[in-house]
This record gives sequence, structure tokens and C-alpha cells, in this order.
Amino acid sequence: LKTRENLTSKIDSIVTIGRKIDEELLEELEEILILADIGISTTSKIIEGIRQKAKERKIYDASQIKKLLAEEVYEILQKDVEPFTLTSPMVILVVGVNGVGKTTTIGKLAYLYKKEGKKVILAAGDTFRAAAIDQLEIWAERVNCPIIKHQEGSDPASVIFDGIQASKARGIDILICDTAGRLHNKKNLMEELRKIRKVIDREYPEARVETFLVLDATTGQNALQQAKIFKEVSDITGIVLTKLDGTAKGGIVVAIKSELNVPIRYIGIGEGIEDLQAFDAKSFVSAIFQ
Amino acid sequence: MAFESLSERLQEIFKKLRGKGKLTEKDIKEAMREVKVALLEADVNFKVVKDFINSVTEKALGQEVMESLTPGQQVIKIVNDELIALMGSTQSRLNIGNKVPAVIMMVGLQGSGKTTACGKLANLLKKQGKNPLLVACDVVRPAAIKQLQVVGANVNVPVFTMGDKVNPVDIAKASIDYARSHNSDVIIIDTAGRLHIDEELMEELVNIKKAVQPDEILLVVDAMTGQDAVNVASSFNERLDITGVILTKLDGDTRGGAALSIKAVTQKPIKYVGAGEKLTDLEPFYPDRMASRILGMGDVLTLIEKA
Ligand SMILES: Nc1nc2c(ncn2[C@@H]2O[C@H](COP(=O)(O)OP(=O)(O)OP(=O)(O)O)[C@@H](O)[C@H]2O)c(=O)[nH]1
Ligand SMILES: Nc1nc2c(ncn2[C@@H]2O[C@H](COP(=O)(O)OP(=O)(O)OP(=O)(O)O)[C@@H](O)[C@H]2O)c(=O)[nH]1
Ligand SMILES: [Mg+2]
Ligand SMILES: [Mg+2]
Repeated sequence: LKTRENLTSKIDSIVTIGRKIDEELLEELEEILILADIGISTTSKIIEGIRQKAKERKIYDASQIKKLLAEEVYEILQKDVEPFTLTSPMVILVVGVNGVGKTTTIGKLAYLYKKEGKKVILAAGDTFRAAAIDQLEIWAERVNCPIIKHQEGSDPASVIFDGIQASKARGIDILICDTAGRLHNKKNLMEELRKIRKVIDREYPEARVETFLVLDATTGQNALQQAKIFKEVSDITGIVLTKLDGTAKGGIVVAIKSELNVPIRYIGIGEGIEDLQAFDAKSFVSAIFQ
Repeated sequence: MAFESLSERLQEIFKKLRGKGKLTEKDIKEAMREVKVALLEADVNFKVVKDFINSVTEKALGQEVMESLTPGQQVIKIVNDELIALMGSTQSRLNIGNKVPAVIMMVGLQGSGKTTACGKLANLLKKQGKNPLLVACDVVRPAAIKQLQVVGANVNVPVFTMGDKVNPVDIAKASIDYARSHNSDVIIIDTAGRLHIDEELMEELVNIKKAVQPDEILLVVDAMTGQDAVNVASSFNERLDITGVILTKLDGDTRGGAALSIKAVTQKPIKYVGAGEKLTDLEPFYPDRMASRILGMGDVLTLIEKA
């Protein structure tokens, strides 16, 4: 991926032969991390970690900086993370601000889970945006899985309700619910999400509920705010980072993991049906820094 | 992370300096560190921040502290004035001459808000007495054409489509003739979202441009964009020589530093801002409001203005 080469080559360019790990080098490293959207406070934390490790282990040579950095970021991403497994029955509620890639991700997830032998159904919970239902329908056709939909403008919670009933009746393993894009600072829209969640908990107590927050890798520091508020309202259990096929580094997820401790579950790397990968901290970090 | 506002932090630094006559280099350096943090937290590009800080530091050096202001406020005022100057004057109009039909083309990354902006502009032009036509050149995204049709119906503007099996360049060309024969005086072309590094798709935009000679090529950018905004904006600008920018989703709580980055790297005006999903949610761009938003301190500035 182009993005990763950039970051690696940037770091390589500051690690010239014979250079020592000193304040100047750390400052240049700091700039690289901020340019990756990791944000000031998490960047400071990472730099401090590197400084300490270098001191403890008596590492002076700049050539070691990439290793220390990778270690530091890996620790943040991996801390407390349990592997993601599929169980049955299960509901995946997909939420996020406008245009980040929720509906597309649902298409890709459905494809992935079907390939793993699961029975999947989609619920068209975005009844608001123009042609959102048609869009999800096209994905359902591509994946060849059933979809529950109402008319544009109808109550999203009742679509999800119907999705749950259909799941029970048809012995579905995984119900994936699309929701309208909403900015986290819109109280009424966030309330609507709370209501959807309530319906799921009430109608489908036997199901495990996963709430995925979809984040656009191009997004800057506001993603932290998004994660905070969506977490409060809908108890997000995982993050999907989309559009990593661009040049943005998606460093904001490092900040989110560091500050809110929500695990990253998948990454989106294109618009195609197979352009989704399970997130793996080790390969993410090594792809960036090695 | 309790976010202390920039003004509070600056007041803290300058508390000890109260009553001093001139701003010294040391005072300013200290203050600028805080300004730098504030700008980075607002997602202004790191390199843009560096340049900005250097030029502001020079300007602030040796300035008299105005009677009515504390040194902290004085620095904020200088920073704020510079930000406004950088972002340019208000330019919320479209340059669509007398050519019939006039052509407006929307471009940008996936999900930035192009299709919605097409509907908003159509609505605006209609209110100005124009007779717009929406043109569906996104043949990639599932249901993109349907979306534009729904948007068009909402603002009561016709939509030209040839389905999703025709090359967008040919659709754009054909729409010109269609507009002429249907009394449309301005066409608004919706294009598929694309990455700025996608050679093939960027080439497609260049070809549409060649074919229809747009009066306006507007880059639609999400206000929440982070450090990468400069790469996106400069790539689109290099390939297409865009005429302006529409900044979307400003109804969120992002500080919107991307606005400054984009302006700094392209020198193109931000013509409108999107502040909601409704098709009436299109507003003029006010550089002064944007500046205080980026600095995270609208209220303080009104106080300073009054002082
Ligand atoms: N390049 C790239 N584009 C993506 C990716 N994921 C989604 N997209 C594109 O991003 C745009 C928005 O995707 P959607 O799935 O409609 O986003 P959404 O969050 O459902 O949008 P709303 O429902 O309007 O809030 C579409 O053009 C998608 O094709 C990705 O991983 N990479
Ligand atoms: N809150 C808010 N949402 C907006 C604004 N502009 C667009 N949106 C929403 O952002 C999402 C994406 O908008 P679209 O117009 O589909 O974006 P696009 O650039 O055409 O997307 P693609 O064609 O997939 O590349 C939709 O949910 C819109 O309703 C805005 O100013 N504020
Ligand atoms: Mg959607
Ligand atoms: Mg579109």
C-alpha cells in the first residue's frame, strides 16, 4: 500500500547512518506521527515511551527507532484485545457519521460471513438518506443474502424489529443492521440510535450484540470525539477503519485505542466486495513501520 | 482529555506579563507553542502550521500591546487576523458567465458529499431564477443514479441519466445537447467519488473536463478531514485546476482545520459550506467564523472585538 511506504520512507529518511536517538530525532519523529493523524496527546505518549525504552535498554543508535516505535504502537493497539469470533445468533449494528462507508462495509461483511458458512440477513435501517435502501439492496443482491426493508421515511427501529423477527423465524446466524449516517453532536439522532439498541436488547436477548463504529481513515482528530460519543450512546464494541487504500494513514485509530480502548476489528481497502480485511495489530504495525 | 481552550492557555502564559508594554520574543515563542498545539488539534496540516507560526511570529514581534488588551488577547488577535487573511475574503458566488448551458462539475473523495452538494447547488440556482439540470455521471457507486434522482425530485430539478453502462465522458457530452434542447441554462455534473491517487479515475475527470469545459470545478471536501487534506486537495487541483471548494459537514463539532490547509496549498476559494443533510443547508463561507472555529474560541473573539 502506498500510504505505508510513505510513512516508512519518511522514517527511513530521518534515520541517517551514525545518527543518535536524541531530542532532535524524536522531534522529527513526532512530526511524522502527527502527519499520520495520531494526534498530539497520543503522539507525546508514544514519544515518551520510546524515550524511556531507549534509556532503559541503553539504545542509542537511530537505526533502532523504527523497532521501538513499532513496539510502542503495537502495545497500544494490542492491549486488552480479545480476538473477534463469530457466534450465533448475533446482531451487528453498524453506526457512524455520514459517508464513512457503513453501507459498503455491511456488504463486504455479509460477503465474508457467508463465505464462512454463516446465514446472514441485512436490515435496511437507513430510512433517511436518498436511495440508501436501494444501495443496500444492491449489496444484498451481490452477496446473495436476504434483506429486510421498509419504505423511505419509516421508523428505523421498526425495520430492525422486523429484521430480528425474520432472523428468529429463518434461523439466521448474523443480522447486520445498517443505520443512517449521523453526526454525533445531533442529540435527536443519537437518541434514535439508543432506541434502536433498546429494541434489539428487548426483542433479541439471546443474541450477542456487536456495535461497529465505522471511521473514515481520512478523518482527523474529530474521529476521537465521534468514538467518545458513539461509545456513550451505543456502547461500541469495535471499529472498522475504511478507505485505507488512500494516502491517509488512519493514525487516529491509534489515538482512539489509546484513549478509549476500543479494539479495531476490520479495515476497508477499496470499494470492491473483497476489499475488507480483519484487523491484525501485528501486520498493521509491521506494514507501517518495518 | 480536558481540552483547555487556547485563550485560557494563553491567558495563563501572559498573566505574569500583564502591564508590559511590548511583546518580547520570548513571550511570543511561548505563546506560539500553544497556538501550534491548537492548530494541530484542529487538524491544520503540520507543514501549514509551521509556515503560519513563522510568519505570525515575525508579525507579532515588537508590536505594542494595545491599551485595552492583555498580551494574551493581543496575540490571539494577531493570530486570528492572520488566519482570516490566509483564508481569503468571502467569495460565495459561482462564476458562471453567459455560456449556455453553464457547466458546474463536482469532484472529490468517496463520501465527501458531492451528490448532496449537487442538489443543494441546484436548489440555490433555481431560487436565483436559473433552470438547472443535474447530470448523473457516477456509474460506479451502487444506487448513485437513484440517489441523484431522489435529490433532484426533492428540489424539483430534472436529472439527466444514461444508466450505468455508459462512459461518464459520453454522458457529460450528451447532457450538453440535452440541456440546450430542454431549456436548461446550467448543468451540474455529479461524478463518482475517487481517490486522488487513482490514476485511471483521475484521468476520467480530466477527460470530462476536456469534453464539457466547465465554468466551475468544485472540490467537495469533508470538514473532518485530517492531515491528508493537503495531499487530496493538491492532487485534485494539479490535475483539474479546480475553481473552488465546498466544505461539507460543518454542522458537526469538528474544528475544521482542513479549510486552512486546503486554502494554503491550492490558493482556491472556499465558495460554500454544507451545514446539514437537507438540501437547503448550504451557506456562504465566512473566513472570520472559520478562523475562530479553528482556534476553538468564538466567544473570546467577540469579547476582543468589543474591547
Ligand atoms: N476507496 C474506498 N472507498 C470506500 C471504502 N468503503 C466505502 N467506500 C466508498 O465511500 C463512499 C461512501 O460509502 P457508503 O457505504 O455509502 O457510506 P455510508 O457510511 O453508508 O454513508 P451514509 O449512509 O450516507 O452515511 C462510497 O462511494 C463507497 O464506495 C473503502 O474502504 N475504500
Ligand atoms: N451532516 C451533514 N451531512 C452531509 C452534508 N453533506 C452531505 N452529507 C451526508 O454525507 C453522506 C454522503 O453524502 P453524498 O452526497 O452521498 O456523498 P458523495 O460524495 O456523493 O459520495 P460518493 O458518491 O459515494 O462518493 C450522506 O449521508 C449525506 O447526507 C452536510 O453538510 N452535513
Ligand atoms: Mg449508508
Ligand atoms: Mg455521490
